[in-house]
Amino acid sequence: MAKTHVTASINGDVKEFLCEPSDTLLQTLRDELGLTGTKEGCGSGDCGACSVTINGRLVCSCLVLGVEAEGTEIETVEGIGASDKLHVIQEKFLEHAALQCGICTPGLIVSTKALLEENPDPTEEEARYYLAGNLCRCTGYDKIIRAVMDAAETMRGGA
Amino acid sequence: MVSVVYEAPDSIQGAIDLLANATITTKVLAGGTDLIIQMQGVNEERLVVDVKKIPGMMDATLSDKGLDLGPSMPCAEFTARDDIKAVYPGLVEAAYLIGSTQVQGRCSVGGNLCNSSPAADTIPALIANGAQCVIKGPGGERTVAVEDFVTGVAQNCMDKGELLTLIKIPRPAANTSDAYLRFIPRTEMDIAVAGAGVSVTLDDDGTCTAARVAIGAVAITALLVPEAAQALIGTKLDEDALQAAADAASAASKPITDRRGTVEFRTHVVGVLVKRAAKIAAERAGG
Repeated sequence: MAKTHVTASINGDVKEFLCEPSDTLLQTLRDELGLTGTKEGCGSGDCGACSVTINGRLVCSCLVLGVEAEGTEIETVEGIGASDKLHVIQEKFLEHAALQCGICTPGLIVSTKALLEENPDPTEEEARYYLAGNLCRCTGYDKIIRAVMDAAETMRGGA
Repeated sequence: MVSVVYEAPDSIQGAIDLLANATITTKVLAGGTDLIIQMQGVNEERLVVDVKKIPGMMDATLSDKGLDLGPSMPCAEFTARDDIKAVYPGLVEAAYLIGSTQVQGRCSVGGNLCNSSPAADTIPALIANGAQCVIKGPGGERTVAVEDFVTGVAQNCMDKGELLTLIKIPRPAANTSDAYLRFIPRTEMDIAVAGAGVSVTLDDDGTCTAARVAIGAVAITALLVPEAAQALIGTKLDEDALQAAADAASAASKPITDRRGTVEFRTHVVGVLVKRAAKIAAERAGG
């Protein structure tokens, strides 16, 4: 089967790549583009470790075909923060030690950014519901939520 | 491993031609939240027809006549439409219950219908609202009521070459509203053990003049239960009427026992859900 040529914006840069039409976007990001920050947890859309945004909308990249990326804007965890300056969300995850094994962390950072763009002032309950599709099998949810709420406050310019 | 031939036509006719002329197993791709999982472990060549580039498939238009819903509109976009929520709150609630934020970003009401699971959340809510499916194929166009669309577990009435192109939901009469409730053992991100969609119309003194009751996850397809609606019509939705509707829904259900619930539990709970959904719909209809 011939590979398909796809052009998409990845973290603000236009990229051209080839992918098998059966490949998921997750496989394409990791194996073709070398963007291994996006993790595979379950591969069935249950765990959120592979969360990315497509045209600003949060999705599981394991439930998208790579060929569907044609003409879209994709943001992965690599697009959040810079190599010399972490994003506030990343800083807060570190500050609150909101990670244990770390596999869920990239997905949670991407999802938290999507949450706070949609709702800059979420209640804890709203944050928990929004992030319910991001599973942490170390079950460190309490610290994650503290980091998310602190990041929200900081990004709003509060104390 | 599955081998995919991917096509993304930009017209309904283009999609119908691909679907009708295919010589290999063909699947329509909308949000892919069911389809991509179902293709894992499949060992054959498949034609995947992505319908999201077809004009109208991703749109929703609300007018005096009702809602014309593009079947592939992501639920995240659908549930964010306050104009739609104001008219069909129960349907929007049902769509909101499907999966996580990430799944909401891709899954669609049309996909939920075409996946044709007995536990699909939007189907009882669509039936309660009298929704119709517009299907186009090589033989032309036909319209099928949602309660007749699904014919079995993961089976529906569409023939080879046919595509669901529009879901038409009539504008509710004055003083009409709907509600959808489901039972799951968790607080969210689960599959219905039983579900109920109810629409009621009240007159000025609060008497129910019309109703539609649909139940899900308690038979091989979602069911319209006219006996439950009849139990509500002509009453002020007092406890006796609500109990009669609940009993009618329980009697109409034909559930199975599986790891998520037993026959006895589902039979009982579907009645309770009908009762509660009818109360919520009536509160909304009464304004």
